[in-house]
Amino acid sequence: MIFSIVVQAPPVQSQGAETALRFARAVLAAGHHIHRVFFYRDGVHNGSALSCTPQDESNIPQQWQALAKEHNLDLVVCIAAGVRRGVVNEQEARRYKREQWNLRDAFELSGLGQLVEACIQSDRVVTFGGRS
Amino acid sequence: MSVDGMLILTRSAPYGSSAARDALDVALTCSVFEQPVTLLFLDDGVFQLMKDQSPGDIAQKNLNAVQQSLPLYDIERLCVGKSSLERRGLSGDDLILPVEIVDDSSLPALLAQYRHVLSI
Repeated sequence: MIFSIVVQAPPVQSQGAETALRFARAVLAAGHHIHRVFFYRDGVHNGSALSCTPQDESNIPQQWQALAKEHNLDLVVCIAAGVRRGVVNEQEARRYKREQWNLRDAFELSGLGQLVEACIQSDRVVTFGGRS
Repeated sequence: MSVDGMLILTRSAPYGSSAARDALDVALTCSVFEQPVTLLFLDDGVFQLMKDQSPGDIAQKNLNAVQQSLPLYDIERLCVGKSSLERRGLSGDDLILPVEIVDDSSLPALLAQYRHVLSI
């Protein structure tokens, strides 16, 4: 079965992002395919390269990156939500005349159309961190 | 089983969080991609559709302007939970657009009509 996952939960302040990560691992372990993980609203903070966590705690953005590399996942951060919150790549940083950028490797910025396309392509779309 | 299109479920008040605006953005994008889309308003989400909002004092944009453009995007099916509306002392007349008022008991059947349900 083809899944897509929508993450609206930020990585630290709520459990939703880690639950999404566990769900993604379970989906893959069960032999299903993940078409895309789409990060929307405060979920875009999962795409920050600058998050640092104490050594005995898990760094969720880093784990997304590792999972993406292992399974060749498509991790897409909503560009409008990301720009508003300061999660940008070099191209967007230049567009908005900012001197820094922070999008983590393995993530890309793209539009809400990628969410809709994921819905079209997927048998199941599962949302984490909705309703806040 | 279902079917086609997307149902966007929104349960948050219009201001105080970005949820209402974020849900509308997804709905409009669905329409651009020619996906049939329905909005379902439950709980405090019913306040999103109230007429005569004036959020300028709290430096927010008025949602009514975008909502009134929904029919232009072929987003014509707007569903509202009956008990959510009644508990807040509202009726369909208080809302900015014509809506379909759905009994609680009919909600599962409504959700089942859509291929995907997105909660925002």
